[in-house]
Amino acid sequence: MNKVLCDVAIIGGGPAGLAAAVAAKEEGAKKVLILERDNALGGILQQCIHPGFGLTRFGEELTGPEYYGRFVEKAKKSGVEYMLNSMVLQVNHEASEVICASSEYGLTAVKAGSIVLAMGCRERTRAGIMVPGTRPAGLYTAGSAQRLINRQNIMVGKKVVILGSGDIGMIMARRMTLEGAKVVMVVELMDYLAGLTRNRVQCLDDFGIPLKLAHTITRIEGNERVTGVWVAPVDEKKQPLSDKAEFVECDTVLFSVGLLPENELTRKAGIKINPVTNGPEVNQYMQTSAPSVFACGNVVHVNDLVDNVSEESATAGKYAAQYAMGKLQGEQKTVNCVTGRNVRYLCPHKVDANQKNGKVTLYFRVLHPEEGVRLVAKCGGDIIASHKEFRVNPGEMNHITIETDKITSDSVTVEVEKAGE
Amino acid sequence: MMLKTDVVVIGAGAVGSAVARELSKYNVDVIVVEKNEDVGGDASKSNSAIIHTGYDAAPGTLESQLVVAANPMYDDLVKDLDVPFSRIGAILPAITDEQFEKLPEIKAKAFKNHVYDVEYKSGKELLEMEPNLNPEVKGGLWIPRESIIDPFILVQALCENAHDNGVRFLLNTKVVDIKTEKGKIKSVVTTGEEIETTYVINCAGLYCDEIAEMVGKAEYKVVARKGQFFILDKNTSCQVEHIVLPIPTKVTKGKLMCPTIHGNMLVGPTAEDQDSKVDKSTSAEGLQSITNDVKNLVPGVNVRDTITQYSGLRPNRNPEGLNFDMWDDLEGYVNLSGVRSTGLTLSVSMGKYVVEQLLNHGAGFKLKDNFIKKRRGIVKFSECTIEEQDALIRENPLYGNVICRCETITEAEILDAIHRPLGARSVDAVKRRVRAGMGRCQGGFCGPKVIEILARELGVSPTEINKNNDGSYMVTGSTR
Repeated sequence: MNKVLCDVAIIGGGPAGLAAAVAAKEEGAKKVLILERDNALGGILQQCIHPGFGLTRFGEELTGPEYYGRFVEKAKKSGVEYMLNSMVLQVNHEASEVICASSEYGLTAVKAGSIVLAMGCRERTRAGIMVPGTRPAGLYTAGSAQRLINRQNIMVGKKVVILGSGDIGMIMARRMTLEGAKVVMVVELMDYLAGLTRNRVQCLDDFGIPLKLAHTITRIEGNERVTGVWVAPVDEKKQPLSDKAEFVECDTVLFSVGLLPENELTRKAGIKINPVTNGPEVNQYMQTSAPSVFACGNVVHVNDLVDNVSEESATAGKYAAQYAMGKLQGEQKTVNCVTGRNVRYLCPHKVDANQKNGKVTLYFRVLHPEEGVRLVAKCGGDIIASHKEFRVNPGEMNHITIETDKITSDSVTVEVEKAGE
Repeated sequence: MMLKTDVVVIGAGAVGSAVARELSKYNVDVIVVEKNEDVGGDASKSNSAIIHTGYDAAPGTLESQLVVAANPMYDDLVKDLDVPFSRIGAILPAITDEQFEKLPEIKAKAFKNHVYDVEYKSGKELLEMEPNLNPEVKGGLWIPRESIIDPFILVQALCENAHDNGVRFLLNTKVVDIKTEKGKIKSVVTTGEEIETTYVINCAGLYCDEIAEMVGKAEYKVVARKGQFFILDKNTSCQVEHIVLPIPTKVTKGKLMCPTIHGNMLVGPTAEDQDSKVDKSTSAEGLQSITNDVKNLVPGVNVRDTITQYSGLRPNRNPEGLNFDMWDDLEGYVNLSGVRSTGLTLSVSMGKYVVEQLLNHGAGFKLKDNFIKKRRGIVKFSECTIEEQDALIRENPLYGNVICRCETITEAEILDAIHRPLGARSVDAVKRRVRAGMGRCQGGFCGPKVIEILARELGVSPTEINKNNDGSYMVTGSTR
């Protein structure tokens, strides 16, 4: 077996892995090695040829390839190494070792000072939301269709219904239209948009694609290829009103019904997973329950903006480098982050209160949309941070920054309060 | 052009495949005609994947004889043909007093079927064996030889081995007529070529009544009985280690929960008679009824962890029962009907039974001395040790190219699936051979790559790659 030694091994060469690698180098790690299963760096951004990336980070609108291109350039300049076409099969954190398979390098054991998990996420499927009906050809997750179209130049269908108003679904509605397909409608179970508002405007409204909120697909028809779907409104309990179902003819259904962190390796390694985010539990260093293993990006929690991923991943890379260099060995005082009113989850899940002058940004998503609110972080009854938001909704991530020096008890609670309360 | 053969087997499901393989031991020319693009049949590829003992068959029937006889054959068969198989055993828990009172009757029936290893177990014993069982379990039966198998690989293996022994397969070919002359079989007319033959063996399952009608022997009807199933993620929180069967009622055998041979959980099936022989849709009601019923057995079952739902159509016979028929006034014609949920199990004994009947009726088949008994399976990279994986990649670097991330299926395995005898021509055929796309993302990741690999290896455009049968095209053309 091929053997490789490095300071920081990074699993995944998408935006998270790239940002972590660059940061690890900047922090002083000598050998930083990215293990990437694809034939190129960039991850999912390779197929995201639309603009909309980088507004926060670079103050300009970039396409996916332009965005990751900047990181690839930095990574190459700073001497980050990478192995392409290399699929990691297991992470052995006790031995601080990663095993990967590759046609080019054979089976390789990578021994590292620290490991960064940056495997990204995968799409929830039709089965995950249990849409009944037949199992014909023409059912794709939005991301698979995007890969076929944008990377393989293959068109998947001519008349399309999209289930789910997530960002990929809306972006694919526009993309399919630009490729000459008819997008009949986008169907969304909730009575609000799942993705970013700007995508609704730019991808649906601008192309006259109808959005059916509070509707769902109740049945798929067709034996060989999809012939159509039944679309019905849902009641307040999200139960379809089947007597009001309408048949919509189509040859393709795209599912954009959520993303799930891809934690097969994490689970197999015995690293603690948070049941709400389905990602590893981390502290502000993006350190998992296995001290030598760090995690960042969509493998931890699904982000809506890659800019956030880059920032969070730079944190992971920085501390992974410190750990590998023996600098992150001090005793930690772990404080739990607790979800309060209208907060679905918090990330990081834990904070080391021993960090001196630490500023920790807690990212979170709300459970339901709300307007005129105040985001509040509390510790032992004291408000340690707060700010107002005009509007919050589950499709867009929120954050609040706390100072570690202000932590006085063993938990920090974040909640969304009605402003004025 | 007219093809010539000795025996035409109609249908490459479990029974047709087993019959063909059994015949391939003899110096007889055999052609299998299959309407689908791949071997594997219809009912044979969507069922509970259990090899039964026959404990609950109607005693004294042909079905009882064949199932009971088939079960022990699998130990050698799965070794010869390299088929994933495990004797995990079944538990039949009695949850209510009423069910508990039925146990002696069920056990007595098992004994009548000569299934003598069925044992009574107390509720405590059952909970030790299967901690996720309903804690109210009063006691139950343990049926140790009930087993699980990969049903796709079983049928593929039977066919590949038959093929290695000279059987010809005509796929994508539908039988449209059977010609007879003077009370004898003359030929089989298909959507492809006409085949002159001495024997026709009707193993058409769901469509066996339509085949029988072609020779005027339609003495029954096939009613499709739909069974819906859930497959749960390998990581689902609540799992079982054995087949957990409900106590049957008069109406139905009920819905079970069991592991699949690849480590998923399977729950189902429903039993819904329907007119259509093609409608394999699932319904919200069906899926709900599975959830409700299986919760009685295993309260913690989490159907939210489903990775796919499917249904199969059992070819139920009306009037009921497994039938083997030959007629004096129609020489050379064999009709099999009423092959239902035990069909997968009894396929291998049925193969032997059919050949024996033909021999008894004057077929002068002689055993070959060059029969190839063994079939080589596709190497499963994911099941190899690190050292074996290392050696595989050294030998063939394509073992290092993982295509399916969920099941860790490599390009080398997919190429083997495509290029072996009766190889995969469609996305589903690849999936059934190597499990690419069978995992939790259901082909979201590997699907586009599998289309690309199939097109490349078969030398066709991606638009010609189907999910399965004609018309199930995956993509429509190139982008602008």
